[in-house]
Amino acid sequence: MKPAAFDYVLPSSVEEAVSALAGEGDRKVLAGGQSLIPVMAMRLVAFDELIDLRAIDELKRIEITDDSATVGAMVRQATAEQHQELCAAVPLLGQALAHVGHFQIRNRGTIGGSIAHADPAAELPAVALALNASMEVAGQSGRRTVTAADFFESTFTTALAENEILTSIRFPIWGPQSGFAVEEISRRHGDFAIVGTACGVRIDNGAIAAASIGLFGMGSTPLRAPDAEALLIGTNPGDVDLGAIGTTAVGDLEPTSDVHASSEYRKAVGANVVAQAVTRAIEEAQRG
Amino acid sequence: MADITIIVNGTVHQLSVEPRKILADVLREDLGLTGTHLGCEHGVCGACTVIVDGDAVRSCLQFGVQADGASVTTIEGLSSADELTAVQQAMADHHGLQCGFCTPGMVVSITALLDANPDPDDQQIREGMSGNLCRCTGYQGILRAVRQAAEARST
Repeated sequence: MKPAAFDYVLPSSVEEAVSALAGEGDRKVLAGGQSLIPVMAMRLVAFDELIDLRAIDELKRIEITDDSATVGAMVRQATAEQHQELCAAVPLLGQALAHVGHFQIRNRGTIGGSIAHADPAAELPAVALALNASMEVAGQSGRRTVTAADFFESTFTTALAENEILTSIRFPIWGPQSGFAVEEISRRHGDFAIVGTACGVRIDNGAIAAASIGLFGMGSTPLRAPDAEALLIGTNPGDVDLGAIGTTAVGDLEPTSDVHASSEYRKAVGANVVAQAVTRAIEEAQRG
Repeated sequence: MADITIIVNGTVHQLSVEPRKILADVLREDLGLTGTHLGCEHGVCGACTVIVDGDAVRSCLQFGVQADGASVTTIEGLSSADELTAVQQAMADHHGLQCGFCTPGMVVSITALLDANPDPDDQQIREGMSGNLCRCTGYQGILRAVRQAAEARST
């Protein structure tokens, strides 16, 4: 249970980090280490060089404007969770963070690390997808923006090229009369979810004007439920058929069966957690 | 090897460590502070919990080189030689330990939990302690110890 030897690099800028990442041999960036160090300890992975991003100030910024909140990739989960302005601007992020690991993990784990790791059962990738977040990415050929819809490609696999680093995540702000909810089923508090959802609803003139349903633990990536979202939009909150929303959300999905749960269980429970989360999101939106 | 400076329980240490050496092994092997226990070594059990710059963290999920310049408090640094902290006393009073292997991590986590939230309700205590596993005594005594420690610290 000891990681294999590696060389350690501590760059002080994104440019230095990108340039270090482009060198010879197997190289990897180290964010909070709460997913990477366990797999290194188990010798599932080994690297010639580890590039620690902890000294790069640019990656630790939180910037909030009228229409979006930009969170640096190295902002710790605990820092974001305790950042009242950020949690007020992007309530879904704050709600989801309470479900991420344990407080000792969130004291080291980062927002960008969790999203770049792209565990399909993790909360933060589903939040990014549900909110149409934009990923700011830096590589040797410059910087680019990738939408969340294009970012998550498969299990532990993203649109990041081998020599690219996720620098920040920009979350749109939904504004007043919005409500959000995260619901998940896990064996114990802090475990990865067997199935879960992150939802948002916005009400305008008495009808649901915007709806977003993100799912995790239901496939090889976080997923959206576009058909269920379409059912919600335009509906009076009092007329929503929650059962139909839940079953539509998981309708044509084929989640895997594993040691934690069967595919059928994930779909049955998934429909229920969606119904519960949408209920809570609508209630919150109605409160203004 | 990498040269690091680390403050542990108030004492400054200058060490030369392999980058792959986790903080827990630096504490145990280089500094002889074997109160920090290693159970699972992959971030599940919480036995290795220490406080780094005010934050409770898993010392198996951080390399020693990442603690360069940091201030670390281990189980050895929580109390003076002849006096127990309120948390330690409460663990003894309520049989919050049996074999004792998980206890250092439990005590550090309870201390950090109560530092952040001096008066937690039952749900907050259960969530706060969910990152520390005990395989022999069960959890009821530990939960009672957290409640007593919270009361003792508030008076």
